[in-house]
Amino acid sequence: MASERSGRVRGIVETVVRSVLPVVLALIAGGIILAALGKNPFVFYGAIVENGIGGTNWEDSLVMMAPLLLIAVGLIVVFRGQLWNLGSAGQYLLAAVVVTGIGPWALKTLPAALAYLLLAVAGAATAAVWTLVPAWLKARFGTNEIITTLVMSTIGAGLTNILIENVFQDPELNTPQTSEIPIADMLPFIPGTQVHVGFVVAIVVAIVFQVILSRTSFGLRLDVFGASPKAARHVGISSKRMIVLLFVISGGLIGLGAAMDMMGEWGYLRSNWNPHYGDAMIPFVFLARLSPVGSIPFVAFYAVFATGGTIASQQTGLSVDFLSVIVALILIFMTITEYVGTKRRLGQSYLPDELKNTVRIPFARLASRSAA
Amino acid sequence: MIDLLSPAFLITFIVGCLVGTVPLMLAALGETIGEQSGVLNLGIEGMMLVGGYAGYVATLSSGSSWLGMLVGALAGAALSLVIVVLNVWLGLNQIVLGIAVTLAGGGITSVLYDQLYSKTAPRADTGGALKIPGLSDIPVIGPSLFSQPGFFWVTVALVVGVGFFLRRTNWGLSIRAAGQKPASLDAAGGSVMRTRSQAALLGGAFAGLGGAYLAVFATGAFTPFMTNGLGYVAIIVTMLARGRVLWVALVSLLYGVTVALGTVLQLTSLDIPTDVIGMLPYLAVMIVLVVFARSVYISPALGAPYTRGAR
Repeated sequence: MASERSGRVRGIVETVVRSVLPVVLALIAGGIILAALGKNPFVFYGAIVENGIGGTNWEDSLVMMAPLLLIAVGLIVVFRGQLWNLGSAGQYLLAAVVVTGIGPWALKTLPAALAYLLLAVAGAATAAVWTLVPAWLKARFGTNEIITTLVMSTIGAGLTNILIENVFQDPELNTPQTSEIPIADMLPFIPGTQVHVGFVVAIVVAIVFQVILSRTSFGLRLDVFGASPKAARHVGISSKRMIVLLFVISGGLIGLGAAMDMMGEWGYLRSNWNPHYGDAMIPFVFLARLSPVGSIPFVAFYAVFATGGTIASQQTGLSVDFLSVIVALILIFMTITEYVGTKRRLGQSYLPDELKNTVRIPFARLASRSAA
Repeated sequence: MIDLLSPAFLITFIVGCLVGTVPLMLAALGETIGEQSGVLNLGIEGMMLVGGYAGYVATLSSGSSWLGMLVGALAGAALSLVIVVLNVWLGLNQIVLGIAVTLAGGGITSVLYDQLYSKTAPRADTGGALKIPGLSDIPVIGPSLFSQPGFFWVTVALVVGVGFFLRRTNWGLSIRAAGQKPASLDAAGGSVMRTRSQAALLGGAFAGLGGAYLAVFATGAFTPFMTNGLGYVAIIVTMLARGRVLWVALVSLLYGVTVALGTVLQLTSLDIPTDVIGMLPYLAVMIVLVVFARSVYISPALGAPYTRGAR
């Protein structure tokens, strides 16, 4: 009994180590790169913490968590089905341009609550529609969805610019951007803070999807499908329907993230702006073992890192793209940690568990017989 | 409205075609070698950017675009070492590593460019075009096709060479065996690891060449994230070409034509937004993919790490 408990403790420790170690290693490697670039890594990381958490900056980080967490959950859903939606940037931008495009009109003519609902649905639907072409190609012909989502993302970003400049252009401005949603009409704040309610929406969505994925028949079907589409077909799960459904849910959540970000934080969209939230979320959803609730601390970490990092890079005269180097390093160290972990576990015992039992059981029987 | 068939117009069009085609063709060639051996290199975008940056810096500091191309190829191959060690040797996830290489390549080149060149934005001196005596006097194709940079002809030679090696040599056979049925290559006494490592390194070098061509010859300067998804287009070209080098060249040329069409449309008096023109090649690629989805082919063992004896 005691050994079982210590085994469980060791399991938890191992999980935590495996989740946190890649981030620590990436930060160390990033520090070495910073030093090579002639910057003081301690000053840089210190500035990140100060600008990401210090003062009221933690509120900015929470605001940034809203779209990040929704996008993370959107990625988790498809990744669980062993499908890759790498086109979140285009889906996000198209949803954002629709929300900011019709936002000022909707908020002027409709009651606020209804307008928010309409805009959220519009954003989610736009992004979901943009996933349909890759989903259809994958379901019908098995075309690699990694590539199709990426190309659709580039096309989506271009289409967003076209929509901004030709359809939703603010007529009073010369710079290419949409009309602004008046500050009074933006999503309300959580009482006592400067954090809009989109943050609450994101947390609720993460919890709801945690329940759906782990406690419903849909979650089970998704896991079966993810483990083996062939096995899924044998128990009557249509892989075509599953592929399209997963992509639509993923796109919908990414679009919802865009809607919350636009209604709560930005209020307008200008052309050629692309935050690339989805790319940054990829390592963290894996580190969270594709668990929506488990991803919350990782998303919080990245929100602080990105909020503080953007200001810290400006202060130290470094391109903001340094942050994506860190994200890449986390990915690389994550795969290495995973590899070392697997090797280590294999090394602990020469025999696999099943084989160990088949060897042990006859001896145990013998022992009990001689005792009787 | 300018005359659509005037020599000046045709020259612009042909030059535009070749400028759009060559970087993509080089990258797709590298991706083809990799995919034929069973290595899906999703980091090609990052390798192109690193190759482009290295080629640009080398051309700037040495004044020789030939040295720039060489350094670009070496930089691409160096970055592909990540794929070789972690994916080919240790069997780690190709997709995650590909994303990491792309992010790292794009990020670090952007940081370095920002540190060193963003204030001055110097242009690389390409040493001018290589005018082929006699042929370059032919109207229209003389000043366009036969007045390309010298490296253009190296590219043509590389396409022919890779086509020959993949189809007609034992080494090409080993590469294709590693992608089709690695166990049979192993049984025949070849090394899957060595074959795949060579293919991945070569693929990285070609991606680096493509990026360097883009930076040094096509635009004359490096800008952060200048490939803008060209690496992914290269992967699509590879999928559509089904491992045949001639098709790699033809599909790349088709892409080049759409790029040139965009450039040419801007010269006409038609008022087409630049965003539409920038989207055209990607739309064309997507349409081709939808129409020819059935004929897309990838090697059976693509993406599967090889473990000897595993079933």
